Amino acid sequence: MSPSPRPPAPALLQVSDLTKHFRVGGSVLRKARTLRAVDGISFAVAPGETLSLVGESGCGKSTVARSLVRLVSPTSGQVTLAGQRIDDLPAGTLRPLRRRIQMVFQDPFSSLNPRMRVRDILAEPIRNFGLAKNRADLDGRLAALMERVGLPREALSRFPHEFSGGQRQRIGIARALAAEPDLIICDEAVSALDVSVKAQIVNLLQNLQKELDLALLFISHDLAVVEHMTHRVAVMYLGKIVEIGPRRDIFAHPQHPYTRALLSAVPVPDPGARRSRIVLRGDVPSPIDPPRGCRFHTRCPHVVARCKIEEPRLDPIGRDHLTACHLA
Amino acid sequence: MSATFVPRAPGAADGIRASAPPDLAIAEPLPDIIPPRKARGRARRLVARHPGAVIGGVLLAVVLAMALLAPWIGTVDPTALSPTQRTRAPSALHWFGTDLLGRDIYSRVVYGARVSLVIGFSVAALASAAGLAIGLVSGMMRRADGIIMRIVDGVMSIPPILLAVALMALTRGSIGNVIVAITVAEIPRVTRLVRGVVLSLREQPYVDAAIVSGTRPSTVIWRHILPNSLAPMTVQATYICASAMIAEAILSFIGAGVPPSTPSWGNIMAEGRALWQVKFTIILFPAIFLSLTVLAVNLVGDGIRDALDARMAKDV
Amino acid sequence: MLLLSVENLQIHFRTPDGVNRAVDGLSFTVAAGETLAVVGESGCGKSITAMAVLGLLHRPPAATAGAIRFEGRDLLRLSEPEMREIRGNKVGMIFQEPMTSLNPVLTIGRQIGETLRLHQGLSRDGAKERAVELLRLVGIAEPGRRVREYPHQLSGGMRQRAMIAMALACSPKLLIADEPTTALDVTIQAQILDLMRDLKQRTGAAVLLITHDLGIVAEVADRVIVLYGGRKVEEAAVADLFRTPRHPYTRGLLGAMPRLGAAERADEPGRLAEIPGMVPSLKQRLEGCIFAGRCREATDLCRRFAPALEPKAPRHLAACHYAPKDALAA
Repeated sequence: MSPSPRPPAPALLQVSDLTKHFRVGGSVLRKARTLRAVDGISFAVAPGETLSLVGESGCGKSTVARSLVRLVSPTSGQVTLAGQRIDDLPAGTLRPLRRRIQMVFQDPFSSLNPRMRVRDILAEPIRNFGLAKNRADLDGRLAALMERVGLPREALSRFPHEFSGGQRQRIGIARALAAEPDLIICDEAVSALDVSVKAQIVNLLQNLQKELDLALLFISHDLAVVEHMTHRVAVMYLGKIVEIGPRRDIFAHPQHPYTRALLSAVPVPDPGARRSRIVLRGDVPSPIDPPRGCRFHTRCPHVVARCKIEEPRLDPIGRDHLTACHLA
Repeated sequence: MSATFVPRAPGAADGIRASAPPDLAIAEPLPDIIPPRKARGRARRLVARHPGAVIGGVLLAVVLAMALLAPWIGTVDPTALSPTQRTRAPSALHWFGTDLLGRDIYSRVVYGARVSLVIGFSVAALASAAGLAIGLVSGMMRRADGIIMRIVDGVMSIPPILLAVALMALTRGSIGNVIVAITVAEIPRVTRLVRGVVLSLREQPYVDAAIVSGTRPSTVIWRHILPNSLAPMTVQATYICASAMIAEAILSFIGAGVPPSTPSWGNIMAEGRALWQVKFTIILFPAIFLSLTVLAVNLVGDGIRDALDARMAKDV
Repeated sequence: MLLLSVENLQIHFRTPDGVNRAVDGLSFTVAAGETLAVVGESGCGKSITAMAVLGLLHRPPAATAGAIRFEGRDLLRLSEPEMREIRGNKVGMIFQEPMTSLNPVLTIGRQIGETLRLHQGLSRDGAKERAVELLRLVGIAEPGRRVREYPHQLSGGMRQRAMIAMALACSPKLLIADEPTTALDVTIQAQILDLMRDLKQRTGAAVLLITHDLGIVAEVADRVIVLYGGRKVEEAAVADLFRTPRHPYTRGLLGAMPRLGAAERADEPGRLAEIPGMVPSLKQRLEGCIFAGRCREATDLCRRFAPALEPKAPRHLAACHYAPKDALAA
């Protein structure tokens, strides 16, 4: 088990050694195998800060999100919210605590029930958590939410299909805000949007964070967006965090070879820039049978013998900056 | 594109230009290449776009009206025997002729529509309701799913019509029993459909969102899953209705359906069976009505499906 | 030499609630061996244009006007059999999702071979040999084994490589790549972009690259056209477009795009420049400039008179009344 990095303020969310394994393919003829989606990760999120979880598809970042809001039950590990353990609570006890962690989903189209009006979509969490004292209070809250996310109040009586992708994502954000959470998990929340709309939503999230002192767990594969809006970053590869640290350390002085490769692979909108690109060979191995030793050794440009045998620990290399590499 | 359409530049382009500063580079407005749709009434647009559904709807409405207004549309008592008028060909007096016992076939066919429609709609409603309930349970509760699905598989391995015949053999022939027998035979199909729909709806992000918003599981089913499974369910219900009408005719035809005293299309055909080489009209008319009604219901079902698909497509 | 020349292309669709003027008066050219990028956001008409060039539009519901000249022939007027002669032979194509564009029940080798046998009359053995060669060309390890595998046995990046191999099978003069790396992870995207650059040099094929990602444009394109609402609003050489964007929409896009390196420029997360509002519906006729509704610099003039595309600098076109104009523009 690796030590969890300390955020600057006392943690709002503390995740220790979180693990989620799925059983796949079991049948009469074949033994079920284990897919190690998340394999023992630890991090913390302070109140009002943005921690970004980055990595490529299959690295387990979405599974982390789903485990935190208990859409899947973690296999092992601890999740503590403001000092209270929430990973082992039965569903009934958990429900009131759900209010404090909300989620914005990737697909603005399928994340809104097509048969419900915006009013009912937003009222659902308010009613579930008993936040409105009466009808007038509910109406006031709904109007305030619409204003917060920049939608006209009249839109409350419309159905999701009457909105564009960006507007739908605003509705999704309003739904998350309706519960008055401390932490919002954005699972690829801007990935499906067009450039100009993406900028609007990113700015909206940043404004909301400042106004409401929200903590954000921002899950994304888009490194430029992440660098633009995050305070801290955790880089995941095959179910593990390989590097975690403050924004500037990760983007300006990345230490793990995977982080470096990831950063250098992002196309830069500057035709003149000739950068030395680290092009990784091959594909990400399957999380069903991850490589022994360092999980990155099959693609690492600096691999040495030790990497294939011994798994590196996530060790501090600077203030709040940890990396899991023998050569760092 | 119609051949007579002449592309037209919109607006008074030259007039606009006149008011512009002289050195301004203005884009030439382009003509529309699709002629504007002719202003047509809603009804004509519907016919043009969904001819099948409209034909089906009209046919079904006619059969419904016939069934409802049976006593007032030139019918006589469909069970009245008239030994002197047996097996007559169609005439002004007996539009569709008479059967072996001298009963008026037109009247029997018209009253038979009542039986077919009642059975068709009842089975559709009952099988959908039961299938929906079982399918929801099966789709939502993993533990119940295994058991329910094995039972469904078992029932589905018996051809539905044989199952209905077997069930009818246990009871007396009556409309109620026919409805029950056919419903039981149809339930597994609906259950499978609903379960499939529920399993895919469960994966929808808006269901995840509802759970994260603190919605109780029962409310998730009631508010998010049930309403969204009704659309495919409605389409399926029309097909069940059509197949129930055929099943009723088959049961009655082989004498395992409604009692022979009640005129139903299957009964009329059963009675005409012996004579079909000499007097094929006895079988012909109920057969035409059965086919047309089944076709109408299927067309309406296709229409509903297309309308829902279009809405889904627009939604995505 | 001009390879492809699209002239005043219009693609309109009849929809239940009006005519959608998806592409309205688009002109551009692709010279032999060059890479032209078509950029724009969803609904700007870029993919529909690619479909039209490939003859894959269903007409109706689509109606077309204008011309798409490829080696002098107007593709819009060719019959389906004539089009088939060109598609896959002289024009290769790469799509976004390789899994849906490859046939799941045929081996990779068979799919590449089929094209070769159809268009180039190769024998079965000859086609197989060439398929192995092509897979090696696109950097697939152990091509002799992969050629016998089915698409589902390959990873996403390898499938995209196989797609490219298929597109290159008949040595096409033009390659149409519609969002070729959008479905891929960033490290795999880097591999495919490298491959595309490398192949362009080795095969000399011209590329029509359709993408929404300005980063990719900067890395692989020679020239760019920017589409908005079915029209071209700017056209320039890649360096000119990024250095001196002339149309407010292009400037907006560049400003709205977060770029790596922000952490070195500022300690605290900053704000992105956003383009307010959203793309107007193309189902109504718009008077004036199509971008006026979202443009911060729009005036009455813009709202009344649609700007024509005009040269603002040598080989740099923009459709804006207020775009800065160099003296040498003509």
